Amino acid sequence: MTARIPHGLRSVAIALLAAVALFVASELLSEYNDLQLATGCYYFAALAGLTLLTGLSGQISLGHGALMAVGAYTTALLIGNEHWPLLGAILAGTAMAALVGLALGAAATRLRGPYLAGATLAFAVGLPALAEKYPGTFGGANGLTIEPPTPPSFLGSEFPLERWEAWVAGIGAVVVLLLAGNLRRSGMGRAFRAIRDDEIAASLCGYSVARVQLTAFVFSAACAGLGGAMLAVVLQLAAPGAFQLQLSLSLLTAIVVGGLGSLAGAAWGAAFLVLLPGWSNDIAHSFSLSTRVSSNLPLAIYGAVLIAVMLAWPTGIQGGVRAASSRLRRMRGRREATGQRGSDPIGRGQGPVASVPGSDAALSNQRGDQES
Amino acid sequence: MTVRSPRTWAVGCMCALGVVLAAGCGSSSSSSSSPGVNATSITFGTHQPLTGPAAPGYSEIAPASKAFFEYLNSQGGINGRKIHLIYKDDEYNPSKTVTVVHQLVLQEKVFGIFEGLGTPTHTKVVGYLNTSKVPDIFVASGCPCWDNGTKQPYTFGWQPNYTIEGKILGQYIKQHFAGKKVGVFYQDDDFGNGGLTGLKYEVPASQIVSAQPYQPGGTNVAPQISALKAAGAQVLVDFTVPIYTALGQLTSFTLGYKPQLVVSNVGIDPTTVGALLKSFSKGKAGSELIEGAITDGYLPSTADLSNPWVALFKKVHDKYDAGAPFDGNVEYGMATAYTLAQSLQLAGKDLTRAKLVEAINESGSKLRGPGLVPFRYSKTVHGGYGGTEMGQIRGGKIVLFGGPLTTEPDESSAITPYTGTQPAPPSSGVSVP
Amino acid sequence: MTRFIDLTLNGISTGAIYAAVALALVIIWRSTRIVNFAQGGMLMFTTFIASALISAGVGYWLAFVVALASGFVLGAVVERLLMRHVMGKPPLNAVIVAFGLLILLEAVAGMIWGNTPRSFPPAFSIRGYSVGGTRLLFSPNDTFIVLVVLASALLLALLFRRTTLGLRMRAAAFAPEVARLLGVRVGGMLTLGWALASLMGSLAGVLVAPSVFVGPNQFDPILVFGFTAAVMGGLDSPAGAVIGGLLLGLALSYVGGYEGSELVTLAALVILLLVLMVRPQGLFSTPRERRV
Repeated sequence: MTARIPHGLRSVAIALLAAVALFVASELLSEYNDLQLATGCYYFAALAGLTLLTGLSGQISLGHGALMAVGAYTTALLIGNEHWPLLGAILAGTAMAALVGLALGAAATRLRGPYLAGATLAFAVGLPALAEKYPGTFGGANGLTIEPPTPPSFLGSEFPLERWEAWVAGIGAVVVLLLAGNLRRSGMGRAFRAIRDDEIAASLCGYSVARVQLTAFVFSAACAGLGGAMLAVVLQLAAPGAFQLQLSLSLLTAIVVGGLGSLAGAAWGAAFLVLLPGWSNDIAHSFSLSTRVSSNLPLAIYGAVLIAVMLAWPTGIQGGVRAASSRLRRMRGRREATGQRGSDPIGRGQGPVASVPGSDAALSNQRGDQES
Repeated sequence: MTVRSPRTWAVGCMCALGVVLAAGCGSSSSSSSSPGVNATSITFGTHQPLTGPAAPGYSEIAPASKAFFEYLNSQGGINGRKIHLIYKDDEYNPSKTVTVVHQLVLQEKVFGIFEGLGTPTHTKVVGYLNTSKVPDIFVASGCPCWDNGTKQPYTFGWQPNYTIEGKILGQYIKQHFAGKKVGVFYQDDDFGNGGLTGLKYEVPASQIVSAQPYQPGGTNVAPQISALKAAGAQVLVDFTVPIYTALGQLTSFTLGYKPQLVVSNVGIDPTTVGALLKSFSKGKAGSELIEGAITDGYLPSTADLSNPWVALFKKVHDKYDAGAPFDGNVEYGMATAYTLAQSLQLAGKDLTRAKLVEAINESGSKLRGPGLVPFRYSKTVHGGYGGTEMGQIRGGKIVLFGGPLTTEPDESSAITPYTGTQPAPPSSGVSVP
Repeated sequence: MTRFIDLTLNGISTGAIYAAVALALVIIWRSTRIVNFAQGGMLMFTTFIASALISAGVGYWLAFVVALASGFVLGAVVERLLMRHVMGKPPLNAVIVAFGLLILLEAVAGMIWGNTPRSFPPAFSIRGYSVGGTRLLFSPNDTFIVLVVLASALLLALLFRRTTLGLRMRAAAFAPEVARLLGVRVGGMLTLGWALASLMGSLAGVLVAPSVFVGPNQFDPILVFGFTAAVMGGLDSPAGAVIGGLLLGLALSYVGGYEGSELVTLAALVILLLVLMVRPQGLFSTPRERRV
């Protein structure tokens, strides 16, 4: 029989496992790869929040890049101008993004599907304009640069900066993993899913739709703010050029490609965002092509990969992993409830872009439902 | 929930991924005193906007530099070393610039960064490069911020900075358009703001009736141009990149607004701007909408094939970079490459990062080449070209006149003519003092 | 006063383009319930084709027609080959596929034609009308653009409301099973919807190309504002798309003119949020029935 571990302990165990894995990886990797690890970690923080928002509570946001910008600018301003310590500045960045998320979420509380997408897209495009409007504070088009975070003295003077950045970002990622994991399995997490699947039934059961959705939005905004704050620390910058619409779209892409609604999917998505550009660049330069072709080839590969992954694994990489592991388990003859829900055709009745109907049985959140 | 659940699989996969990264990639060796160089070759890296909205025009620069290096390599290189240039796309996104520069320094182990392009992008890596003592040679941007030999000893500018150009253009306006109302249409970043600052050093504030910024990225400049027309500006100063010079001219055409144009050299290359305006000229030269515009140039005009430098660059272009149009961007890339090659020659056979920096500090100001004015290089000044020459679009080509002028990028320094002559290019390799 | 008139006229001409893009998005939404983020890439590509033809000496109007025809074909091809496979899947998948297609098209255009923007001729003169000695910020070409967009919106509205074909297309979108039972070729209707939308997009592309130049990324801002306008007007409503586009164009022109160019994108956000807070499904959407 399977051993059942209490959920709270399980989250902590996973978080510890991840922390150890990250620590080991940061020790083994070269400095540049440590930088990539740090990048993956701050992406994970933002993606974890976004995948809960979009996958679990069914709200699509095209504006989380701008929320990362809020976190990044707040942190950069506090570290650069006010000389706040690292932890305080990161927490402040997270809090500020949560506040902005609260405002945006409240304004958008009645919006569904593509209308929410449109509003958040306008937010993603419009917010960086503030940096240009108040160049004195926000540094205008150049943005802000801050001093690199010095590793604490007990680590020694030769401790590589990139590894310290990986640790800072790694801690943030582990914290998000813990909190998001707990949120998924909590009553609030169930409320998210209830609202997503059927708003009216959920409100008849006593859930306050607006409040639940707002909670999801604020939590995801805080995660994005944390991701942005860590970005500011890792890259030592906060600039409008780093937070264009493209970033928000990349975040959305990453959570869907990784596997919507699951934290493992967010991890895959982070890996996708960090590793694919490098790989596609290497591929492009391994042939001797004209500049015109070789400079556009990485983008073409990225676009093609997106299409291919969505066609081949509609539930994302994590869905593909699940399917493979289920098949393995079945091959060993163990009966598993694969959780096939009845097929519920898309686009019928529910807010199309927002809802994730039950036919996507391989989503891990659904498995989580059954196992709880 | 079992230990073998997919969640644990996924966490396990992430660990495996980390190990794969570790195994597949280089170990963390600290950089030796001068990586990227050996007896037969030297490698530089650069970050460029090869794709994305900032790519037009700028994406030609690095391939042109590389073409010039290939030309030199075909003659044996400099001090027996072939020069290699790795250029990576940062899409004008500062986050990517940081990643790409770290990759160049830590993984590709380049000797130095050459011609890093853009102010919002490069300002994010200047600190890192100087702390890591990596030469940051000839940044492709006219921001005065590279000019700080004391705090940023490894960073060197190359092109005349925006304030110097604005000042020289301003003096011309003061002398030739006294009493006329002046309007400014400028990009809302260091380029536009720097040019405007320099302009204001020379043109009295009362003469500037309207200054309209635009954000790069949007395409509707009609509000700004109509404001300038409404203010009655008779002279329009453009601190614009070519797309916006062209957009401004199209709106001016619609409005029947024909001020005297004064355009920064950044935004006036007749080949580029002419191509953008071609469809509106009804068969005549596309650049007729900018005919007569006043501009400036610190390199000989690409239309002047009688100039031996232009002829040399054209020869190199036709052989090694024929896919690109032969325009100001290509000339920029090759001229910068020539200066780098000269600096390498000066630094000598026994080459380290520190020696390259010292060579430019000590002898950079004596370097002569395709530039019309000398460089401002010393231990404390890392400015690049110190001036420019006035020019005008005549017959669709830039024609320079009046002789080169030099100045310092502050309000009080005078603008003085430079009387030295431009040397001829060597028949092979580079020539150094 | 001249300034106000100029800004109003500028708002109308830019608004007409946003309206055209919004129409394309509305058509696809109405017929397939997908937000087509690839619309910008598709119209950019067909405009490039027209531009290449014109450079090769083909006449403007022939190139214009070719652009529209290739848009029609491209839309059909994209629906058949790509979108069909994500129809039964989570809706976000279609968004990601569209996004992937957008990037792919921009990259391929860059590979074929390079990243340097090129000039595109206008259909008619761009010299502003002369009124009482001054030239207005509105030219014969702008008149053409506005008229074409209005005419297209009208034709599309008529198609959807008054023709059997339009009825079939709407049935295929709202109730595919029932429509199939009644003999509607659902698959064909979906393809037609995409083809028509893409044709509309290509029209927007050639209309706006003279003022934004033709390049892989040059149409991106138009797309963002077009999507904003579509959402503002109501994704179900072609009239909403047109009015939303015009209103947005006017508002942004006034903000850019009176407040400053740096506030334009922020203004778009504020306007959209204000509209959506009052009417969460856009200005002209028909209220959806809540199903229990």
